[in-house]
Amino acid sequence: MLLQVVDLKVKYGNIEALHGINLEVKEGEIVTILGANGAGKSTTLMTISGLLRPFHGAVYFDKIALHKKPAHEIVKLGISQVPEGRRVFDTLTVQENLNLGAFTCKDKARVQKTLEWIYELFPILAERRSQLAGTLSGGEQQMLAIARALMSQPKILLLDEPSLGLAPLLVKTIFQALKEINRQGVTILLVEQNARAALKLAHRGYVMEVGHIVLADSAENLLANPEVRRAYLGGK
Amino acid sequence: MEEFLQQFINGLTVGGIYALIALGYTMVYGVLKLINFAHGDLFTIGAYLGFTLLTSFGLADKIGPFAAIAVLALMVMGLVAVIGIVLERAAYRPLRNSPRLSAVVSALGASIFFQNAVMLIYGARFHVYPQNLLPKIALNVFGLYVPFVKILVLVASVAMMVGLYVFIQRTTIGAAIRAAAIDQGAAKLVGIDVNGVITLVFVIGPALGGLAGLMVGLLYGQIKFTMGWLYGLKAFTAAILGGIGNIPGAMLGGLILGVVEALGSAYISIAWKDAIAFCVLILILIVRPTGLLGERVAEKV
Ligand SMILES: Nc1ncnc2c1ncn2[C@@H]1O[C@H](COP(=O)(O)OP(=O)(O)OP(=O)(O)O)[C@@H](O)[C@H]1O
Ligand SMILES: [Mg+2]
Repeated sequence: MLLQVVDLKVKYGNIEALHGINLEVKEGEIVTILGANGAGKSTTLMTISGLLRPFHGAVYFDKIALHKKPAHEIVKLGISQVPEGRRVFDTLTVQENLNLGAFTCKDKARVQKTLEWIYELFPILAERRSQLAGTLSGGEQQMLAIARALMSQPKILLLDEPSLGLAPLLVKTIFQALKEINRQGVTILLVEQNARAALKLAHRGYVMEVGHIVLADSAENLLANPEVRRAYLGGK
Repeated sequence: MEEFLQQFINGLTVGGIYALIALGYTMVYGVLKLINFAHGDLFTIGAYLGFTLLTSFGLADKIGPFAAIAVLALMVMGLVAVIGIVLERAAYRPLRNSPRLSAVVSALGASIFFQNAVMLIYGARFHVYPQNLLPKIALNVFGLYVPFVKILVLVASVAMMVGLYVFIQRTTIGAAIRAAAIDQGAAKLVGIDVNGVITLVFVIGPALGGLAGLMVGLLYGQIKFTMGWLYGLKAFTAAILGGIGNIPGAMLGGLILGVVEALGSAYISIAWKDAIAFCVLILILIVRPTGLLGERVAEKV
């Protein structure tokens, strides 16, 4: 098991946002977490990345306990996140954003190779490399956010709603890129509201509701599940 | 014309000092969105540490005036940086997740603490830097006679600014500082140790502020435990003028403020010298609250 979340409970002040989450991701998998607004998807990812601390439960990565480690050490272990809303460094250039993505890597040659791979994946970023990130279009910023996260050469990539606010064609581009990234050996944990696209891409999925995991199944079964179809796939 | 140029150089010299102090305000504001009100007192401490080191070891006699000043500058910068780190750990880090106002109050408290500490240790009267340290010569700069110490201060402050600019713009650590100022959460997610960045900012800012204190001692000879208040306020004005949070802005703001002040006091009235800085502050807040190079509106503190 590459990533293991055990009975995770997280509070904001006095309000409990996660009431005991369990989930697992195996090496090489694409796993998706579906859920409505406020279900606790971002909270889960932020806790895995170490920006939030659980008051109960644990997160293990390759049997290493993450829930007490500072965020920057978690990145070093091989866990990288593309946060909700992209959060690129808007007054830095594309190139500087990518360089910072590789902040934890000291091996220059490997960083260069990763950069070449990323420019292959998202050629537009190569064209825009000396432009300020804040001047990119929404889709380009999302590509940059993914590229920046990949620069640390993660074993697992966490993505928080990468399709948010993007035109259908761009969503397709992004999801194709995710497939390719996974084919290159990067495990993916994908939070999405675009349930159809996410389930088509993923091997397995979890459904979250108000701080609980209410369903866990293969992507195929979830696509066929009448409850899921009604709540997340527009009833069709 | 000669009078003008003379005043212009005076302005640049004092402006360089304002700029060095302003960098500390602006860098701390950049990463913590906090005005470090104790920063002016770190400047004072720099001036006093310089005085103590200068008078107690007789360095100048042993290794010559220039080497002595270089060693002195490094020691002052190092010591004030240590105080800066302690300040951040003791007064600001415990309040990182508290309401903004708590940290502001803590900053004011730290300022009062430092000012009183200096007064208790050194006394409330003026101290006078040794006057025979640097050769009392004036250099001929394009037909103007400029005292050597002024040139030294100006060159040193410009060198510091260029060095900092290159560090911030060209190195990975510099980019990490800029990234942490833009979005701390995103900076953590790429693996930047944001606490480390904050510590580094509390090394650089106080080191430059302390150096500025030493420069004032060398330039004007007299230091007093309250000196940080006026210099701090002017440097803060310079940081606002350039756009708080913006590093080149603080440099530019400092130099402009120094020149405006020098020319103003020469051509309007010397009595207005200090008022000019505050007129500039009020004017900038009305006309362009983001400052010359700032993009984001300065938040209320
Ligand atoms: N910083 C915060 N302070 C207080 N409560 C918060 C904070 N962030 C999130 N919450 C609350 O925690 C719960 C889970 O939020 P979270 O952002 O994890 O949901 P989400 O599933 O990511 O939703 P969305 O799809 O809208 O992004 C919500 O009830 C939310 O209001
Ligand atoms: Mg969310």
